[in-house]
This record gives sequence, structure tokens and C-alpha cells, in this order.
Amino acid sequence: MSELVRVAERESALTPLGTEMVAALGVEAVVAFGELTLIAPREKIVEVMQSLRDTFGFQQLMDVCGADYPDREERFEVVYHLLSLTRAARLRVKVQTDEVKPVPSVVSVYPSAGWFEREAFDMYGMIFSDHPDMRRILTDYGFQGHPLRKDFPMTGYVEVRYDEEQKRVVYEPVKLAQEYRSFDFLSPWEGAEYPLPGDEKAGA
Amino acid sequence: MADGHNTPARPLGVTVDPFEDYEDGLTPHARAMDDRKFTINFGPQHPAAHGVLRLVLELDGELVTRVDPHIGLLHRGTEKLMEARTYLQNIPYLDRLDYVSPMNQEHAFCLAIERLLGVDVPYRGQLIRVLYSEIGRILNHLLNSTMQAMDVGALTPPLWGHEEREKLMVFYERACGARLHANYFRPGGVHQDLTPELIDDIDRWCKEFPRALDDIEKLVTENRIFKQRNVDIGVVSKENALAWGFSGVMLRGSDIAWDIRKAQPYDCYEDMEFDIVVGKNGDCWDRYLCRVEEMRQSVRIMEQCVHKLRNCPGEPVLAEDNKITPPRRGEMKRSMEALIHHFKLYTEGFKTPEGEVYAVVEAPKGEFGVYLVSDGTNKPYRVKLSAPGFRHLQAMDWMNRGHMLADVSAILGSLDMVFGEVDR
Repeated sequence: MSELVRVAERESALTPLGTEMVAALGVEAVVAFGELTLIAPREKIVEVMQSLRDTFGFQQLMDVCGADYPDREERFEVVYHLLSLTRAARLRVKVQTDEVKPVPSVVSVYPSAGWFEREAFDMYGMIFSDHPDMRRILTDYGFQGHPLRKDFPMTGYVEVRYDEEQKRVVYEPVKLAQEYRSFDFLSPWEGAEYPLPGDEKAGA
Repeated sequence: MADGHNTPARPLGVTVDPFEDYEDGLTPHARAMDDRKFTINFGPQHPAAHGVLRLVLELDGELVTRVDPHIGLLHRGTEKLMEARTYLQNIPYLDRLDYVSPMNQEHAFCLAIERLLGVDVPYRGQLIRVLYSEIGRILNHLLNSTMQAMDVGALTPPLWGHEEREKLMVFYERACGARLHANYFRPGGVHQDLTPELIDDIDRWCKEFPRALDDIEKLVTENRIFKQRNVDIGVVSKENALAWGFSGVMLRGSDIAWDIRKAQPYDCYEDMEFDIVVGKNGDCWDRYLCRVEEMRQSVRIMEQCVHKLRNCPGEPVLAEDNKITPPRRGEMKRSMEALIHHFKLYTEGFKTPEGEVYAVVEAPKGEFGVYLVSDGTNKPYRVKLSAPGFRHLQAMDWMNRGHMLADVSAILGSLDMVFGEVDR
């Protein structure tokens, strides 16, 4: 079967399910690319998850991750991916937040959220309230900053090396032998909005 | 002993504690601290840690009371790096996640891009992808099931397993030129067609492999020590398997017949005949048995792929839309348009429509998902790689509680860990 047919089939199955959820949960629903996305209010995320698990039969939480949209008023998104084994269907739930507004943790509903929320905190720095064990998970001991934020530089701030004199690993500010090169091949006539090298001379 | 009390039994009828003024040589502080409780560090350079895992184990005598896995020692910032590269440049990063079965990860990434673009893959391309996904599954299961034997003390099984893996690595190499980091799957198909000789050799291997697997099984499956160390160890109930987001063998080992290849088929899996393997008890031994049987099922799928590949020689393996897939080398020498397409594709790359998708494959370790957010440019805005190992390792704590210290490595072995994908 063609993948396009599958997408169409999934969309026709998910659209009524989405309408049902909008009515039951007070969320917004979007169907695109054969996938159903719910946009839930941040404060109600635990109740939404609870009823998605108990009444709609989404038994598993497969992923929680953050995403950063600096242009938005509430810059972070927390994205949950649910799986229903009985319906053979997937669902995405999104909530919006920023650096200070806490997102209620869904660990009480899906224990598998524990590490995922730790990772989202580590990478983006959004706050999860009522999380039983909120620590950094992937970054180094004593790491500062949240590396997946769009304003965090690709090179990071510190580098490590083994120091032969002190006989230990030392941390130093990152030193680049040449400037970090960010290749961008978007064609200027297709809407790229940044000065190309040399363009600044044209204005002078 | 398990309750943590080690006061000596008092003889009947004696009301005075005979040990009351016994000098044990301990300071009051040491006596106040229970000397049976201690914390040890497992890894990060422990051979049974399957890579760079640091486990902080809290023990009561030899009983594990808490496990705190410290991960991230292999964190390379893959997701951040992927945001700065075009889609085609990103495919090699997927190989470096679960480096035991690289092409399965590429598969998920390509499926995500294809869903965004709305591209269909030619049937021969789908067959090759399924064939190599199954080779990846056998590569992974051979390593894991025999390494599990090594974790509990056997040395020969991994050597025998590696012999067969080596042959599969050669098939990888003959298809794409690399033994490990394949970079072979492309959005829209695969990079190159397979030669007829390679297909014949894979077919021959499929005939020979079941006997090699029988040999390994004779060595391991009913081995007394192997069973003593694995049966009834690390039992996962159905409820726990669901609640902790288990997938793949971890779910099927607990008697839940869920396989993405059957339930939400992708590529040409729905044309393939194979059985879902389930365990009954959800212990380490059941998971081992599932992996062994899954290898046999994978061989079945491979044989069907080989048969179908022979029926469609010379058909395209890559979608023929030169905005997404490169033109053939021969064409480039003659056609100006093909040359322009090639140049544009390998500098600017292609653009995907705005939107977000979550594509999954049944990777050998479980459900591997790619959450891809596109902002309409030639680079992904956000990529989240959802690795099965990450979800499974999270369960280390409750799975190990109440087990002996020696069971930690058996349970860790049956979780099937590769830190490339856990730490990303």
C-alpha cells in the first residue's frame, strides 16, 4: 500500500477521534500528515493525560520533549507522544510554557515521563512541578545553561582537556581556531533574510 | 536477613542480653550507622555496562535497594547538530545512535521526511530497505543475546555470534561501502541498487544461518548456569511494561503481542509473512528466547525480500523526483539539468513543507521514533530522537530492587542497551 494512502486512511480515522476529544477534554485538535495533535492548556495537562489514558485507551507515553520558538510569547513547547495499543493509533499533545511558568508533571499518570521530563528540563530549562526527582540527566555534572535552546551557541561555552601538570581534567572557555562557520545555502531570491558576506559593502 | 536486622537470636528464657556489654570494637557512630548498607559505583568503565553507563547502586548486604543510572557520558548533542545541517547531511548522524543496527534508525528518519514531503518509495526500494532493516535486526539480536550470555559468565557465545555478524557486516559493506555507518537509506528509497551477486549471497546466508543459530542455541539456551542466572530474574508484568513505555522485545517478552511492523506497517512489511514472537513470563530468559526466535522470523522476511527482489531486477530503487533525490551519475555527464539538480541538492538540499511528524519504526531494541519539526527550510527546525533504550533504562531502578547484586548485569543485559542511542 502506498504511504500516501496510509496517511489518508489514518486521517479519516483520526478526525472523528479528534472531534470527540475536543468535546470531552476542552482542547484544540489539528490533523495533519496523518497525525492528530492536541493543544492542551498547561494547567490541565494532568487531567487531560489521565482521561486520555483511562477513557480513550492511550496506554503508553512514548516520548516527551521540548521545543523552542523564541519568537513566541511563551517560547517553549512541551510535546507528548502517546500510543494506543488497542486502537493502533498515535497522538501528540502539546502545551505552551516559558522559562518560569511550571508545567505539571505527568509522572503520576505515566511513570515513563520521569526521565523525559528531566531531559526536557536539561535541554530547555522549562520547569516541571511535582516531579519526584528533577535533576539534569544528559549533560555533564555541574553543567550550566540549556543546550537545545535556540540562543545557545552550537560550540557551547566550555571545553575540557586533561592537564598534564595538574594531573586532572580541566574546564576552560571554548577557544576556536577559526570562527564557527554556519553554512546556509538558502537562495537569497527565495526569502533568505540575512546579509550575505560582502553585502554590507553594497550599502556603504 | 533481608529485613536488615542482624541482632543475634536470644536463647529462650534468658531475659538479660548476653551481648549487652560485648566489646565489638566499633565507635558509637559506626554502630549507629547500619554497616550492611553501602553504595557502590558500577561503571562507567565496567564491561557489563554495555558502554558508558554509571550506575550508583545502593545495597543492603547483597540486595539492591536502589539503582540510580547516570547517563549522558556519551552525549554528543546530536539533536542540536542536526538543527544546523540539511536533511541529507543529517542521515549519517542516525547511524551513530544505535551503532549495532544503524540502518533501522536511518529508516525512521527517512520515513519522517517522506511523510512531510508526501513522497512514495518505489517497491524495489522498499524491499531493499526492509531487507536491510531485518539484517540490522539480526545484527542487533546476535550481539545482544550472546552478550547476555557473556554478562552471566560465558565467553564462547559472543565469539560465535560475532562470526555471523561479520558476514552481515560484509553485506552492509557490499551495499553501501561501509561496515557500520552505512548512510545508505535516502528519503525516497535507498542510495544504490544491490547487485544480483549480493542478492544471491544473502540468499545463501539465509539458508546457512539457521544452523549457526542452532549451534549458538545449543550452547546457551538450555545451559544450566545461563538459566539459573536468567529465569525469573527481572520479571516485568504487563501493567508495568505498558506504564513504563516499553516497546519491542521488552513488551513482547511480557506477553503483549505488539509489533509496529504488523500494527502500523510501513514500507512493504504488510506483504511479508512473519509471526510476532511473545514471551510468557516477562523474565530475562523469555526476552532472550524472543530475540532468538525473532532472528528466525527475520530470516523468513529476508528470504521473501530476496525472492521479490529477484522478480523485479533493474526497477528504480529511489523516487525519480530530482528535486529530492540525486540524478544518476551517468545522466549527470550528459544532461545539464541533471548537473544543476545534483549541485542544488548537495549544496542547498531540498526543502520540506512546514509541519511536524512523528515517524516510528520497529527497531531491534523497540520503538525508535523521530519527531521532526520543519519550518519550511532545508534544515529541520527541531529533531527529537526517541530511543527505546532511554525508556528501558529508566526501568533499571524498579526492575533491580530486591534482586542480588549479581543480577544487575543480567537485567541490564536483557534490556539491550547501546549508549549511542540513550545519550544521543
